[in-house]
Amino acid sequence: MAAAEFDIPEIKDEIEIPKLREGVMAHAKSFIAGKPVQDFMGYPHELGEDWKERAIDKMGDLLGKYRSLKVFLDACVHCGACTDKCHYYLGTSDPKNMPVARQDLMRQVYRRYFTTAGKLFPKLVGAKDLTKEILDDWYSYYHQCSECRRCSVFCPYGIDTAEITMAGREILNHVGMGQKYSNEILGKVQKIGNNLGLPGPALEDTLEGLAEDIEADTGVPVKLPLDVKGAEVLLVTPSADFFSEPHVESLIGYAKVFHAAGINWTLSSHASEAGNFGLFNGNYETMRKVAMRIRDAALELGVKRIVVGECGHAWRVAYSFWNTLTGIGYGGNDPFSIELQKQLDPTYPQPQHICELTNDLIKSGKIKVDPSLNDDLVVTYHDSCNVARASRMGTEPGGQFTIPRELIKSVVNNFHNMADDTIYESTFCCGGGGGLLTDDLMEVRVKGALPRVTALNNVVKEHQVNFMATICAICKAQFTKVLPKYGFDMSMVGGVHQLVSKAIKLD
Amino acid sequence: MIYAGMFYIAAFLLVAGLVYKIFDYSRTPAPLKIPTTPAPTTQTGVVYRMAKEVVLFESLFKSNKWIWVFGWLFHFGLFLVLARHLRYFTQPVWFWVDIVQPFGKYASLMMVAGLAGLLARRFVVDRVRYISTPSDYLMLVLLIAIGLSGMMMTFVAHTDIISLKEFFMGLMYFDVQPLPQDPILMVHLALVATLMVIFPISKLLHAPGLFFSPTRNQADNPREHRHVAAWAARLDQNN
Repeated sequence: MAAAEFDIPEIKDEIEIPKLREGVMAHAKSFIAGKPVQDFMGYPHELGEDWKERAIDKMGDLLGKYRSLKVFLDACVHCGACTDKCHYYLGTSDPKNMPVARQDLMRQVYRRYFTTAGKLFPKLVGAKDLTKEILDDWYSYYHQCSECRRCSVFCPYGIDTAEITMAGREILNHVGMGQKYSNEILGKVQKIGNNLGLPGPALEDTLEGLAEDIEADTGVPVKLPLDVKGAEVLLVTPSADFFSEPHVESLIGYAKVFHAAGINWTLSSHASEAGNFGLFNGNYETMRKVAMRIRDAALELGVKRIVVGECGHAWRVAYSFWNTLTGIGYGGNDPFSIELQKQLDPTYPQPQHICELTNDLIKSGKIKVDPSLNDDLVVTYHDSCNVARASRMGTEPGGQFTIPRELIKSVVNNFHNMADDTIYESTFCCGGGGGLLTDDLMEVRVKGALPRVTALNNVVKEHQVNFMATICAICKAQFTKVLPKYGFDMSMVGGVHQLVSKAIKLD
Repeated sequence: MIYAGMFYIAAFLLVAGLVYKIFDYSRTPAPLKIPTTPAPTTQTGVVYRMAKEVVLFESLFKSNKWIWVFGWLFHFGLFLVLARHLRYFTQPVWFWVDIVQPFGKYASLMMVAGLAGLLARRFVVDRVRYISTPSDYLMLVLLIAIGLSGMMMTFVAHTDIISLKEFFMGLMYFDVQPLPQDPILMVHLALVATLMVIFPISKLLHAPGLFFSPTRNQADNPREHRHVAAWAARLDQNN
């Protein structure tokens, strides 16, 4: 089935808040996961007769496990502060893409089944019985949210729609409406070791080929080691880095950094994926299972440091959740945590972001760079949503903004930020995050990218920017596909370590 | 006396409802670290962040200046008005409640102006109109009616506040006294009792909810401190 035709939005001078157009995106539905995919995940693949009870039971279960969900469903006062904050609303003008309206799709059901007011006076408080129409709305609109948390910055109570979207997807999975794209990936990462389904031998070939390319290009034998026991650093990076363009350029960059700094490092075939789509579906156990691969690989290889490559949601899971899920980090005094802690080198943060590592090496003079090698570029930086609003780098709040910029400015001479209300904590999602990076959601992706593209267009016009750096595999894949629809060259997107790769001195 | 019974019931429902909700929020675990970053890295920092949210509505200020102005006028008007009302419940009246009297009197204007602005937005802004339920309008109307009936007694037709105070002090010491039979006062009090009853079962839960919001009340220190919920910790033991 070909995706429906749609018009590419026009880029205006400013990001405009559109008038509501009800229902214009109701047709956008990604493919539903089939039997084999759902079987592997332990979910049904079609609605059973008891789907309604299952959905309400699951909602009750999640309400008991997640304070966020319970508080967020209660606390909203419909003030409207978030209504113009979502890139999908700005790009589509469908009111159900306003964060509060997206939340209300679940809140109306929550009120009906779980609150006194909704049981007694449903009409008054907007409470509704769960119906198939509502379930279809959930499927459609919970897959038009990239869980980017922009709304949570602006909500006076910190309500994070991502938490509600995750719960919505989890309930959908439990009634048999899983999303094909995300659940297939969750199967592949657990069965094969990475989201792309690239088996160990193929990965080994790819890495050897890359090493040959680098040597042919630079004359320096930079290696990309795999499964080396006793290496100091385990690098965990999104599998897109292994062969997608422009991702691979950053992988080459990491390899050059390790080489130049003389750090003994390795990749792992068992943990050949930093990404963790368990995050997107709001299932703690799945997210934990996927994250445990990293712990297992670290223990098996006996590494002292764990470093994460350029991937936004992966860094959220690594920075914010790995310690919780797998004991990668400090402070745990249980046997499970201690087993790993006694192996890791306490002089480094665990896990560490590759930008933290490279920036430290450049600042301390351990590696040398020549920014003039990037003089053909005028660079801007796209803060990836999960890095910006759900993680940190360095020791100070906001390090996730300053460290990548410091690093970029040390390897390029021409840098310009996009408009303030589109970067840092107010950054706009690329439009493809949170499990939406699939061709069956192309319309949502293209329209959702409009705010970012508008801001980019302004620095292109003003400062002749010709390169947008980012540290997320999904952002890179999304922009490579979507920017050409707006008339930009796809090669103007790339990783921060792609810039490092060009500027680093290897001799 | 109907009003005495009404206030006992309303006060009981308000307190019991809120205690239950706060208990329910606090017993529900937050299994993952999800502060909206940049976030403070220490608990002291979290207290500071939360104070800015509670007092200044910092996030709302970032978001939308109109909602912020109206919302802040309303809440701080209400705060001063409530402080002024403490004189009906304290004997002798606390000294700062005395000081706040003139401010509380005119704060009612702030409060009603803010509420009117918020109500107007529900009609005027298409996005806000779309998300508004009947209860959203009624809640504002209820609060405006409480404000206006109160202002009537302050600025237009004074009520017998000596007897009123005897009524409330009587309620507090379980010695029920008659309520002055002033229709405006009776409307005012009936509306207030209604508000007390719906508080714990409505969106007014945003007040306690803010303090339990994990995106605002968590410190950003997941690499340094292992954070595990009880139900999640059991998973570690199966490895």
